[in-house]
Amino acid sequence: MDQNNTGADRVTIVLHSGDMDKLYSALIIGNGALAMGMEVSIFFTFWGLQRLQKGGLEKGPLSKMHMFGLGKWMIKRRMKKSNVSSLEKLMADYKELGGHIIACDMTMDIMGIKPSDLREDLIDEFGSVGTYIQTARDSTITLFI
Amino acid sequence: MAKFKVDVRGETCPVPLIETRKAVHKAAPGDVIEVTGTHPSSKKEIPMAVKALKLNLLSVEGSATAWTIRIQR
Repeated sequence: MDQNNTGADRVTIVLHSGDMDKLYSALIIGNGALAMGMEVSIFFTFWGLQRLQKGGLEKGPLSKMHMFGLGKWMIKRRMKKSNVSSLEKLMADYKELGGHIIACDMTMDIMGIKPSDLREDLIDEFGSVGTYIQTARDSTITLFI
Repeated sequence: MAKFKVDVRGETCPVPLIETRKAVHKAAPGDVIEVTGTHPSSKKEIPMAVKALKLNLLSVEGSATAWTIRIQR
């Protein structure tokens, strides 16, 4: 389903993971696709949804070598040295370029998260698996992160 | 015909692509966008985006680490 009827190719990403490095992958791929003229939807579910909580975007651990926070600190230092953008900046750019964000309402039920707990300024819609399937079925690129 | 300058020197992936895309949004047909940067991958990837967005690639100059790309909307 081409929601904007622009005829553009779409990337649909399921962000199941809440790890910091995986958030980077999702947002970098999302921004890259938008820059190349594609439409993008990211479906935030399970641990990914926690990153949409107010103040929660940068809270994820590293998926590997987290070492009680030491690994994350080291990677962040290296990223700063290489002038890599923060997740907040990548998220702001993603939205500015027209990236779509869908929050999984089933996850919200399971984890007891209310819409007011989330960054409603970032979320375009709340949906369940049907929303995801309708978006993904016509997408050129689909990813599970 | 307006000219847009995008300075992404010192910025790494994906910022050069993102800032180029933002400038393209703001530009009207006929406007020229000049992007200067230092990230080697972006020197290859911005022309790819120009092609994908069906814009006009006017020139690509400079080395892998100090380049200028000119695009016409």
